[in-house]
Amino acid sequence: MRQSDLKLDGNAIAGLLREIFTMEMTNAESTCAGCGKVHAVGRVDVYLNAPGVVVRCPACEQVLMRIVRGRGRYWIDLTGTRCLEFKE
Amino acid sequence: MAFISRGFRGKRRDTASGSRVPPGQHVVDDFPVLSAGPTPRVPLSEWSFSIVGELDEPKTWTWDEFRRLPSETVSVDIHCVTKWSKLDTSWTGVSVETILEGVETAADYAVAYCDGGYTTNLPVDDLRGRQAWIAFEYDGQPLDPEHGGPARLLVPHLYLWKSAKWVRGISLQAEDEPGFWESNGYHNRGDPWREQRYWGD
Ligand SMILES: [Zn+2]
Repeated sequence: MRQSDLKLDGNAIAGLLREIFTMEMTNAESTCAGCGKVHAVGRVDVYLNAPGVVVRCPACEQVLMRIVRGRGRYWIDLTGTRCLEFKE
Repeated sequence: MAFISRGFRGKRRDTASGSRVPPGQHVVDDFPVLSAGPTPRVPLSEWSFSIVGELDEPKTWTWDEFRRLPSETVSVDIHCVTKWSKLDTSWTGVSVETILEGVETAADYAVAYCDGGYTTNLPVDDLRGRQAWIAFEYDGQPLDPEHGGPARLLVPHLYLWKSAKWVRGISLQAEDEPGFWESNGYHNRGDPWREQRYWGD
């Protein structure tokens, strides 16, 4: 399997993020804590074929979010996202 | 048994493979590619492997030096926390025991670090005793980059996220330091026979 098959965009986690944030998140703007670039969540790089979901900055490839779900719980690491802006 | 339907997962514990498959796992024949990021591609001329941290002096091997270390071919079963297991996989590599020969350290913990930024933590005891390798061949062929080539850690008695792909070194530490998955929900040790998948298992 080629890497291009593994990398998806943020629309791939629209449903997962709705479970967590209870609102549509693909239009939210995320600021990368590494390079400072701002991307719509729908346009970030997403890796789903992993023990958890890994979201990376399309500009610098740093991890923006890690989301693990198991045993009825979520674990969400947002240290790579300096700011998440979304409409009410 | 040549073929096990996914529909029978975990039910036939009396089969030959049953006693080799940890709870909650099913056997696959293919080799799924798991990836938490882009596949790093480092030329062998720029590759090295290091032991750093709690030792008198850090040790580093170039690719050629690393390949001159005594290696061995082993057949092992591997278990991914995403619930697939693959039996009788053949790997060639240098045992971590060999790499740590002559290393004086009081460290109880280790962190494997990798190209691409991935890390995973293990007790040093899980790396010693010829149960962990730095593997560079799979099935007699150079390890494919998608599966962690040029070299990956192989620790088959723990879930496969501990077998870090694209490994470049091991840091020996006095303190345990949770890695990429261990710091965000996944179990600190990851013993598949105890189903240590998540925090609290
Ligand atoms: Zn960035």
